[in-house]
Amino acid sequence: MSAALEHNLEHGHEHDHHHNQTFITKYIFSTDHKMIAKQFLITGIIMGIIGVTMSVLFRMQIAWPEESFKIFSWLLGDDFAPGGVMRNDIYLALVTMHGTIMVFFVLTAGLSGTFSNLLIPLQIGARDMASGFMNMLSFWIFALSCIVMLSSLFVESGPASAGWTIYPPLSAVEQAIPGSGTGMTLWLISMALFIAQSLMGSLNYIVTVINLRTEGMSMTRLPLTVWALFITAIVGVVSFPVLLSAALLLIMDRSFGTSFFLSDIYLAGEVLHYQGGSPVLFEHLFWFLGHPEVYLVILPAMGIASEVIACNARKPIFGYRAMIVSLLAIAFLSTIVWGHHMFVSGMNPFLGSVFTFTTLLIAIPSAVKAFNYITTLWKGNIQMNPGMLFSIAFVSTFISGGLTGIILGDSTLDIQVHDTYFIIAHFHLVMGVSAIYGMFSGIYHWFPKMFGRMMNKNLGYIHFWITAICAYGVFFPMHFLGLAGLPRRYYSNSAFPMFDDMVDVNILITIFAIVGALIQIVFLYNFFSSIFYGKRASQNPWKGNTLEWTTPVEHIHGNWPGDLPVVYRWAYDYSKPGYEEDYVPQNVPLREGEKDGGAH
Amino acid sequence: MTSLLIIGVVVLLGIAIWQLTKIFHLTQTIKQKPAHESESEIASERDNNVNGYLLFGFLGFIYALMIYSCAKWGYMPLMSDAASEHGKDVDNLMWISMILIFTVQIITQFLLHYFSFKARGIKGRKATFYADNDKLEMIWTIIPVIVLSGLILYGLFAWNNIMYYDQDEEVMYVEVYAKQFGWDVRYSGEDNTLGKANVRFIQGVNATGADMSDPNSHDDILASELHLPLGKKVVFKIRSQDVLHSAYFPHFRAQMNAVPGMVTQFAMVPSITTSEMRQLPETIKKVDKINKLRSQRSQELIAKGEEALTPYEFDYILLCNKICGRSHYNMQMKVIVESEQDFKKWLGEQKTLGQRIAEEQAGNEPQPAVEEEAVNQEEEAVSEDNTAESEEEAIEIENIRG
Repeated sequence: MSAALEHNLEHGHEHDHHHNQTFITKYIFSTDHKMIAKQFLITGIIMGIIGVTMSVLFRMQIAWPEESFKIFSWLLGDDFAPGGVMRNDIYLALVTMHGTIMVFFVLTAGLSGTFSNLLIPLQIGARDMASGFMNMLSFWIFALSCIVMLSSLFVESGPASAGWTIYPPLSAVEQAIPGSGTGMTLWLISMALFIAQSLMGSLNYIVTVINLRTEGMSMTRLPLTVWALFITAIVGVVSFPVLLSAALLLIMDRSFGTSFFLSDIYLAGEVLHYQGGSPVLFEHLFWFLGHPEVYLVILPAMGIASEVIACNARKPIFGYRAMIVSLLAIAFLSTIVWGHHMFVSGMNPFLGSVFTFTTLLIAIPSAVKAFNYITTLWKGNIQMNPGMLFSIAFVSTFISGGLTGIILGDSTLDIQVHDTYFIIAHFHLVMGVSAIYGMFSGIYHWFPKMFGRMMNKNLGYIHFWITAICAYGVFFPMHFLGLAGLPRRYYSNSAFPMFDDMVDVNILITIFAIVGALIQIVFLYNFFSSIFYGKRASQNPWKGNTLEWTTPVEHIHGNWPGDLPVVYRWAYDYSKPGYEEDYVPQNVPLREGEKDGGAH
Repeated sequence: MTSLLIIGVVVLLGIAIWQLTKIFHLTQTIKQKPAHESESEIASERDNNVNGYLLFGFLGFIYALMIYSCAKWGYMPLMSDAASEHGKDVDNLMWISMILIFTVQIITQFLLHYFSFKARGIKGRKATFYADNDKLEMIWTIIPVIVLSGLILYGLFAWNNIMYYDQDEEVMYVEVYAKQFGWDVRYSGEDNTLGKANVRFIQGVNATGADMSDPNSHDDILASELHLPLGKKVVFKIRSQDVLHSAYFPHFRAQMNAVPGMVTQFAMVPSITTSEMRQLPETIKKVDKINKLRSQRSQELIAKGEEALTPYEFDYILLCNKICGRSHYNMQMKVIVESEQDFKKWLGEQKTLGQRIAEEQAGNEPQPAVEEEAVNQEEEAVSEDNTAESEEEAIEIENIRG
């Protein structure tokens, strides 16, 4: 480690001496992790705007299925929404693209891409990522995959429409749905690129955390953000390649006549040539990534919440070691529970029993985390900054959404609520809303670090409160739709009179969704105007302990002007008895007889 | 008109936000000059206070939403009147889980928001340095372990009861066959054995591709409504001809995917007939409510010069619950549970597949020779595949026994 560190030090010094960066090397093909973090964030925000807009459109369709809306033909064009009436396959396309964009492009790349890049080097005391070039490559491949995905929206037959899980044969055979033509091909290409960038990023994060920690920064002194991002990267490296293999096999089935996932298909009056494959195989491969994926989304949010809650509660995070152990436990269990998406897929019922067991085990480390967050708040001195409010709300939605996991993870109950609105409510609360809250929390908290300016706190409060109310307003009533047996991904519920008494619930949900989406404009305004006109930030506005607040406000290549800081203590010495201030940064030496790591 | 309304809403929202910002600004009384300009964007004591109270209020909002939702939509016949024998177990477990979840939700949300409110920041106060307590952490590890063990055990017992059935039991085999965008059923006929099938045999009335060279196929009966006898174990053999579908019977707590190239199965015993179900007070109440809404909607439609909606009458239903294409939202089949006598009478009125194919051929004579040849070739091509499938089925049955 020391050799690498020395090399890194020298490298950093070299850069201090000559600042001859052009616009292109500084802002576009930058190898500086801070700039790459900003690139990921802004790309993620743009994708987020698109993904959320899509959800508003299909929510309007499901609430008022018989109406026509001008906004449909404005945004979707007369082909996809003739006369303002959304076509039924376009409804499915919007659902599919909303899921894909939000899960992969916003909550995976936008969240962990941004904060891994920003925080890993800054919080462990490194000059940059292990490989700056690979880091740059990772972002640009991500940008390319975004472009490919978005270009599929302009294909004549429509974008991929088989659901974000792209189960074959629906996704494999063009005759089954128009979106499975060119749209699906572009989806698969985009996803292959996405996986490539994700692997490059993850490997970089892992190597950086292992090799480039500054002197004194032992693994047990790492801030929980870095722990979470590190574990996220490991889970990503383990599971993403499996999705790549599934995507490649699906490409073979679609274009080269193989039958990995297809067998005995009679469509549009003819028997197709496929024989001997199984769609269930695809489901296994997909969910082997797909389930860890939801943890790739939630773990960084947990890391951010741990840091933001401790800092703003002015209190050490409760049970630091338990938090690490539960992160590890969640990460490990997440790779052996994928079958709970498949209880009724036709796989052997014995497997169902096994997956029920492993799935419900995840509740244990999750409960430990939730209780530890709550105990951290207890007897704190809470500074209600917008970032902190989002972290508190993160814990709230994580609990609300996580609890219903007990129902869905139980194979017996899953028979009834599988693929109904109940599951939509569950995963939107536990990973969608929670992860978005984690992301907002991170943005509000580290904005001063990223841009050297402060975001407007009052706009932040308004953004938070209306978002918080709308998120519950949208997803809480949705559970009841599911319990009434309403399946997801229905273009309209009017074909089933038995769901007629649920019309008012759907309208209520849509109204909350529209308001919740519109209020994000306040955030966007606050974000972009603060980059240029926000109040200038001081070096350590939140009085945090971690190393990123010891760097100068102005970004420099190499992060620290002189030598790298040396770490003497863990990251959570907030309100430590015996100190005047209520925080003791990590680079302050221990006093004589002082114990580290929460002991006192 | 709609766009005008939307613009109005946006403008109003904008004004509301502007006013709210002003209120927030007013709550921050002007103090002495801050040490750094960034300080005006960091939460002041006033902010801590205001947001602390708001968080406590938010707890009220969560509770209110829970109570309102349960009161308004919590009446769920789907959670209490399972129309199948195993459904009672599912409902029972659902209630236990629900009560548990609501209890934990109420307590933890209270603690979270109350602590946040109680510990809202005050200038000059220091938080309690409290970093660890092994005993506490042990408690909230052990309690979930115990509770979850109970749930897992109950769940697994129920799961095994539902998914495995005794081969010696007297059961009735029914094929549920999915295609874009509808369902077919094939009864196994007098021999209670479904003939072998493959999509390559689909032709004319033989819509589910029964292999007519298998003698078991001839007495099979195709139908477009699913009739089930009360109190008898039915084993659904579920197939799909094109993409993934899911056979979802919400009233029976039954669901299984239909997978092309594979036969999946689900067994259940219907325990309430359709007419009994229609008489239940809960059903009558729900149907009345729906019909009231439908007649309102009909009046609107008539005013627009469109056709009125037909009144709703309760029926069990089979619906597709796996995205399967553009008309996924309208892929359904009526399910009728009746007494064994009525069922036998109905089944007796249906023609067998053998009869129907014979009729069809009689009507179509003479057939072009070319087509016949093609069919022969096809049959040859699939004979191999058929043995593979029957082997698969044998393995499946083995699994079920195990």
